[in-house]
Amino acid sequence: MSTMLKYQERELKIVGTRPLRPDGVDKVTGRARFGADYNLPGQLIGKVLRSPHAHARIKSIDTSAAQALPGVKAVVTRDDFAEMPDEYAAVGELMINFRDVTRNMMAREKVLYDGHPLAAVAAVSEAVAREALALIKVEYEVLPHVIDVVEAMQPGAPLLHENQYTAGVKPKPDRPSNVAKRLEYARGDLAAGFNEADLIVEREFNTKPVHQGYIEPQACLASCSEDGQAELWTSTQGHFIVRAQCAKVLQMDVSKIRVTPTEIGGGFGGKNNIYSEALAIALSRKSHRPVKMVMTREEVFRATGPTSGANVKVRIGCTRDGKITAAEAELNFQAGAFPGSSVNQASMCAFTRYDLANVRVVGNDVTVNRPKVAAYRAPGAPIAVFGVESVIDEMAKKLGIDPIEFRLKNAAREGTQTYYGPKLGPIGYIQTLEQARAHPHYSAPLGPNQGRGIATGFWFNIGNETTCSLNLQEDGTLTLMLGTIDVAGGSRASMAMMVAEELGIEFESVRPFVGDTSTLGFNFLTAGSRGTFASGMACVIASRQVIEKLRQRVAKIREVPLEAVAWKDGHARPAGGNVAQFAPMSLAEIAKMAGKTGGTIAGHAEINAQGAGPGFGTHIVDVEVDKQTGSVKILRYTVVQDVGKAIHPAYVEGQLQGGAVQGIGWALNEEYVYGDDGVLQNPGFLDYRVPVASDLPFIDTVIVEVPNPNHPYGVRGCGEVPIIPPLAAIANAIENAIGLRLCQLPFSPPRVLKAIDDAAAAKG
Amino acid sequence: MARHHVSATVNGDGVEFLCETGQTLLEALRDELRLTGTKEGCGTGDCGACSVMVDGRLVCSCLMLAVEAEGKSIQTIEGMAVGETLHPLQRKFIEHAALQCGICTPGILIAARSLLARNPNPTESEVRYWLAGNLCRCTGYHKIVEAVLDAAREMRGG
Repeated sequence: MSTMLKYQERELKIVGTRPLRPDGVDKVTGRARFGADYNLPGQLIGKVLRSPHAHARIKSIDTSAAQALPGVKAVVTRDDFAEMPDEYAAVGELMINFRDVTRNMMAREKVLYDGHPLAAVAAVSEAVAREALALIKVEYEVLPHVIDVVEAMQPGAPLLHENQYTAGVKPKPDRPSNVAKRLEYARGDLAAGFNEADLIVEREFNTKPVHQGYIEPQACLASCSEDGQAELWTSTQGHFIVRAQCAKVLQMDVSKIRVTPTEIGGGFGGKNNIYSEALAIALSRKSHRPVKMVMTREEVFRATGPTSGANVKVRIGCTRDGKITAAEAELNFQAGAFPGSSVNQASMCAFTRYDLANVRVVGNDVTVNRPKVAAYRAPGAPIAVFGVESVIDEMAKKLGIDPIEFRLKNAAREGTQTYYGPKLGPIGYIQTLEQARAHPHYSAPLGPNQGRGIATGFWFNIGNETTCSLNLQEDGTLTLMLGTIDVAGGSRASMAMMVAEELGIEFESVRPFVGDTSTLGFNFLTAGSRGTFASGMACVIASRQVIEKLRQRVAKIREVPLEAVAWKDGHARPAGGNVAQFAPMSLAEIAKMAGKTGGTIAGHAEINAQGAGPGFGTHIVDVEVDKQTGSVKILRYTVVQDVGKAIHPAYVEGQLQGGAVQGIGWALNEEYVYGDDGVLQNPGFLDYRVPVASDLPFIDTVIVEVPNPNHPYGVRGCGEVPIIPPLAAIANAIENAIGLRLCQLPFSPPRVLKAIDDAAAAKG
Repeated sequence: MARHHVSATVNGDGVEFLCETGQTLLEALRDELRLTGTKEGCGTGDCGACSVMVDGRLVCSCLMLAVEAEGKSIQTIEGMAVGETLHPLQRKFIEHAALQCGICTPGILIAARSLLARNPNPTESEVRYWLAGNLCRCTGYHKIVEAVLDAAREMRGG
């Protein structure tokens, strides 16, 4: 069967309504089981010894005293894991190299950041495990380190990887560098474009790494048997990906590892990778006991992936009537200790909201002595778009053109050729701009020290390998086994809604579950806003298979030709005309007779979903700047986004609101703070300040629905776009409020106050 | 080292458990009493996921030693619904889509219930400031605040 089901406009009964999520009651009663809530008889507690240095060569590791401590059942170090060659695999939007995966989970030659694992122990209690860690002796040769991305790019900077030569540069450089890769996208004639420009604005921006900030620290429980079978319970966005990575680094058969995904307490891209999972299996393999490993919040901050901090240069030229003639950007992204930042995605997203003839984007992926970055909701895009949308705003202001009008003049639309590859299909960018302009928020009055900003965002959205099974039970109810993890957004509800819509039955008749890795074939992880698009496509395919089988059974029972049987409102009915008449049969009646008519009825989908529809959004924000303290208050916020189709509008609103607020945190407060010693100074929620309820107003949402032609219900995906615009929208609002263009994130009170004081001093 | 014997009341039931001197109430609830509905998000009192009531007072159970629970009455999320009947806050959280991943939800429900016990008619701003100690990373708080206000309205009989 084709994996491409096209959009069909039709009357809907369930899709677009707001039923209650099937995981709701468990989550409000404390019954829902997250990673740390699983326990097994006889389990040990695993803990990790982490580097106190930003950069050091490991001269020796002596675990003998730890191993001798009563209650310690296993210790693992680099010696327990095989050397991995360079081998790349896709994990969400980002690529990983197994050589680096094995070194990130357990340092080999060097430690490369504060928090880098060196050893892990399993003991009868957490107290004994901690005591054992203190007995491990490590001899280091401390090396100079580099934290800042611009410094890391300089010749002579401390080198993290002595054999790393910048890829993407010809001829091959003769010296190693922290720049792992240089990439470039170009289209048209940049010089000619700038020559045509009446106005050119050039700015440099700097952003700090921010953490996904999921409230549930990473947690897993592994049990390995004497015959080499392993079971693993873990909080992850992709249990099949965890299985693949564990199998690789532990040199086990994929089929011998069974991974059960627990409820996941937030991920946002940060739970795409393995950290403790392979260590837990290795410790269990060595101790012959189950091993549970739960990170502390400090470990989460020090050793799991934040997103990149970056240095961004943007230069744009336009005519005096506001038509962009040339656009150029340089993006220098921190990759952390190993290559593989989101600079590629950022490069593609930087200008893809505009129809541009002359573009060039250069991206550099730079290793620094920080934890390896991980994906974070629309990885990289907010960073690049912060710079670009700030410059666009400044140009509109200089020309006296309304900022939405300026964007409309240059907006991408169906048929626009992107500079990174495809031509855009039907998209809703212009609709989001027009609806933002028409929204009462856009013309509401502002008070003193208040300002309004807008900014826009684009994200690709993706599809990939997707599996599901829809099993008709003997009473006519259905269970839906999904391979795509519900990372919180409510996809179990949305999937059951699409199945119920297809079959013409009640939402409550379909019970959705996420299966473990032994119940279904390989399914890609939940990333790239693919869940509702790809898993939804699979569910519709499985539903239509079930309907086909139901019609066949009824044709057999009623002794009529197949074409005489139509499926409508949960019943097999005569197709009409003069083919054949028969008494309709309900789903329950057919299910009851399934055994006698050929056996159990089920539908399956094993697809590689193609044709994800790009998403666009426009945000409006009002801020008030306190000139005495530098504090920026969000007064009002409106998100307008094209989602294709909102299967469950309340859960779509939740994505738009949650994403926008993560962007607000990124803009106003969040940052990794390192000391001169390369040690992270704020590994906790007290000093790494995510937005709290009292920081925020209600977040208004406007859902635009321009159907994706490549999905039966028109779904695009919606989770990532909303984190992209807030950084620039807030920068633009601050500029509108106090006349200062801030180019360094976050806009925390000390930084805003300094900008105000510096401007006053410059004025005299 | 000998473990301490603690007697307390949890959700109305008398309980006894043994704990280490340094063990927190959160650890005792989760590891000794197997009440895993109370969550650990930070262990330093910054996220509110471990919120419980101790003798009518809202506390972060990660900041209280288990031995301090001796003789105290503790309420956790597991005691919030009565039989098959969800507390209005629990119901409104589901109806308003005020939860996504759900890891912060038990702590927020406990905190919100303590707010409504003191102030049955809070303003939006009062709800936001009362819940400022409970971090949620998924929702942006919008639907949480709506759900609490709606539950308060229903509980007042309006």
